[in-house]
Amino acid sequence: MATVTLTVNGKSVTATVEPRTLLVQLLREHLGLTGTHVGCDTSQCGACVVHVDGVSAKSCTMLALQADGAQVITIEGLATGDKLHPMQEAFREHHGLQCGFCTPGMVMSAVDFARRHKNPTEQQIREWLEGNICRCTGYHNIVKAIKAGTEAMGRTA
Amino acid sequence: MSDTGIGAPVRRKEDTRFLTGRGTYTDDINRPGQVHAFILRSPHAHAEIKGIDTSKAKSAAGVLAVYTGADMQIGGLPCGWLIHSKDGSPMAEPPHPVLAQGKVRHVGDPVAVVVAETRAQAKDAAELISVDYKVLPAVVSAEDGLKSGAPQLHEQAKGNLCYDWHLGDKAAVDAAFAKAAHVTRLDIVNNRLVPNAMEPRAAIGEYDRATGEYTLYTTSQNPHVIRLLMGAFVLQLPEHKLRVVAPDVGGGFGSKIYHYAEEAIVTWASSRVGRPIKWTAERGESFASDAQGRDHATHAELALDKDGKFLALKVATIANLGAYLSTFSTAIPTYLYGTLLAGTYTTPAIYVEVKSVFTNTVPVDAYRGAGRPEACFVIERLVDTAARETKIDRAELRRRNFVPKDAYPYQTPVALTYDSGDYFTTLDMALKAADYAGFEQRRQESAKRGKLRGIGVATYIEACGIAPSAVAGALGARAGLYETAELRVHPTGSITVFTGTHSHGQGHETTFAQLVSERLGVPIEMVDVVHGDTTKIPFGMGTYGSRSLPVGGSALVKAMDKVVNKGKKIAAHLLEAAEADIEFKDGKFSVAGTDKNVAFGQVAFAAYVPHNYPIEEVEPGLDETAFYDPKNFTYPAGCHIAEIEIDRDTGVVSVVKFTAADDFGRIINPMIVEGQVHGGLAQGIGQALYENAVYDDDGQLVTGSFMDYCMPRADHLPSFDVATHTTLCTHNPLGVKGCGEAGAIGAPAAVMNAVVDALAPLGVGDLDMPATPERVWNAIAEKTMPKAAE
Repeated sequence: MATVTLTVNGKSVTATVEPRTLLVQLLREHLGLTGTHVGCDTSQCGACVVHVDGVSAKSCTMLALQADGAQVITIEGLATGDKLHPMQEAFREHHGLQCGFCTPGMVMSAVDFARRHKNPTEQQIREWLEGNICRCTGYHNIVKAIKAGTEAMGRTA
Repeated sequence: MSDTGIGAPVRRKEDTRFLTGRGTYTDDINRPGQVHAFILRSPHAHAEIKGIDTSKAKSAAGVLAVYTGADMQIGGLPCGWLIHSKDGSPMAEPPHPVLAQGKVRHVGDPVAVVVAETRAQAKDAAELISVDYKVLPAVVSAEDGLKSGAPQLHEQAKGNLCYDWHLGDKAAVDAAFAKAAHVTRLDIVNNRLVPNAMEPRAAIGEYDRATGEYTLYTTSQNPHVIRLLMGAFVLQLPEHKLRVVAPDVGGGFGSKIYHYAEEAIVTWASSRVGRPIKWTAERGESFASDAQGRDHATHAELALDKDGKFLALKVATIANLGAYLSTFSTAIPTYLYGTLLAGTYTTPAIYVEVKSVFTNTVPVDAYRGAGRPEACFVIERLVDTAARETKIDRAELRRRNFVPKDAYPYQTPVALTYDSGDYFTTLDMALKAADYAGFEQRRQESAKRGKLRGIGVATYIEACGIAPSAVAGALGARAGLYETAELRVHPTGSITVFTGTHSHGQGHETTFAQLVSERLGVPIEMVDVVHGDTTKIPFGMGTYGSRSLPVGGSALVKAMDKVVNKGKKIAAHLLEAAEADIEFKDGKFSVAGTDKNVAFGQVAFAAYVPHNYPIEEVEPGLDETAFYDPKNFTYPAGCHIAEIEIDRDTGVVSVVKFTAADDFGRIINPMIVEGQVHGGLAQGIGQALYENAVYDDDGQLVTGSFMDYCMPRADHLPSFDVATHTTLCTHNPLGVKGCGEAGAIGAPAAVMNAVVDALAPLGVGDLDMPATPERVWNAIAEKTMPKAAE
């Protein structure tokens, strides 16, 4: 067993885990943050995307121990109280989710995208989503939501 | 229209929890004392089990129990639809054991289960189980399965045949072909697909020793069906001692309709181990154990007269059922396929034969569309090919054969009666939106850039909300096909709706609340919708086949009618008027022709605090339940047009534009409906261009992960141009038809018609799905490259 200390959604946490524990397992099983999902076992689907030190990362592809000392933000840490983050609000407004399973990863990935692109094209958004699979929406409304969310984040930045 | 009523694009009530990570999917649930199960699955497609040694696994760290088929001598997984062959004999119905009984029949067949304190311990211990397999030859294609000398899967199914079914008038079809001016023939493969809902299946079984009650949390589209099948047929548990909860479910597309072995395993084992047991599939297990879709090989012929009128259609299909009968597998290539072969056309004579075959592959069952995409693909590929052969414009040929607008109710030669529709308008809408008339110019522009451009039209019809129960029962269904709703009006006037349908992405919590808000005049915030828990909801059939609104919504309307009727009696008393004079509108009960009224909330309060109340005539309370059994299917229909471009050098097909014009009857929430169409289109385009479940000759699924099975990504797809035209369903109270599957039905044919259109100038007349770069490049090369000297 090994000890890992990191900051998750602004709170410092320490956990004792098996060395093989993945970051997503630490979040879901040790910290009870079940908003981050596991949809595959080969790092394709992106349901597990969180932010590690401000950058989107697949938490199924990192050991928990690799996150030692890191700042991790999950979907649970994105809204401010009851006020949704502009990207969450954009997904709601544009019906960018159906079953909701891929949604946390989509939103976390989209927030990182928005920070890197101020005025994106539809094609840029579609290419960014290469690592996030959605089976429900056909991506049409996700693309609209990310465009709107990116613009909204630009206004509040 | 109010901003939350029927027709309003109300933003979804369920979204906040999903967007903030507060959804509760099965794997998010952790019960006190919970332990974990790992299923050891067969690595072979076909093998005898000579012996299983679990001793090392049983003594491994953290292990609480190991069970094999020898321990689980219980009922097999039942099939829900009995099909009879042409000769009247019942289908072969071999046992479908929960854990293998002496033989495995597909890679992924469950062999043993390990229960341990942690998932990792269970998985580690499973590696210590030694299974002595005698590997047998495997058969993976249905056509091969029928050949003499093919490996035999079940002693109950001679020649691997489940049934040899037919429908239609063979003599009339033969006579029509004899006088045809033109016959178009095609061999068509409908490729096997893996549904791949993003949430892998999961199940938690829990036993309460004090009450003798079992609870199963599971990723299901229909918890009551699971309770009935598992309780009555597999585990023989009394239904009142079994609770099934399907909480938030991350997509289904059909694959979560069925009763699966793992549900029975964790429930059964929970009482023996004495701890709640969770099992969650890894994606690899989803590929190896979730029921797959499609997999037909078809020969089809269409007879036309000299004017292009369709005279007859003849179809022979071999359908792959996989290794066992999944819950509704037998109905898909028969009553959900053969009956749809009239499509949108007046073809007067149709004959279809279907042989369904066992193979050493994962079981096949309903996947979004379920039989209807297969039927649409047969018809629309034939029609497009006929248009090319007869040199009649594709749109015009379709128009000549559409069911006329004034022909409803229209009786097809394959059992269905279409109640309403207007295929002309949706065709014209789609042609206009797609700028069909301007296509040749765009083709030439593409040619200048060295690209091949094609446009493809497909019209479709689907049959939603399988019904009525009595008719389905006569055709072999072993279930009722009604739906239920309970409307519990609370004393302060807020409302909880309990529906037997299940939402796993469809937004019922919003759409159903809109219906109630509009009808009862209650703010939408005061209406909540509950589904997915057999202890809360009345017995319902769940969600599949685009039935939730046509069937479940109709049940809700009936329940609301009962509430309003009872409310009128109470209001008449409160207003000191005759019941016959009471009208209900905009949330108020009024005395007709006066300004005397009482609000809905006051009536609700009086019902629960019956101080001034007609207690001799009416019971207290305002809580009504309704069951609705439809009189007929509903028949959504429409036209899809794909425009594609092919890179000649790489064979890559790009969808540059996709247009859909659909008739779903009355639309409650257009935002949700459009979303359903988008998702269906993505799956339909996925089938046409990207997705394919490929087994090698030994029965190994080569495309067994997201690295190998091409799930459509955002940059594979265009934005969609979707529109609707409404003709009302004539036999349900809302006039609704259902919208969940349409995209997946029309899109494959539209895309493939476009691909063939692009390649036709090179002499390519047909191509199988998926039109991968390799297939397209080879098709181009075969026609354009000089043949090498032999």
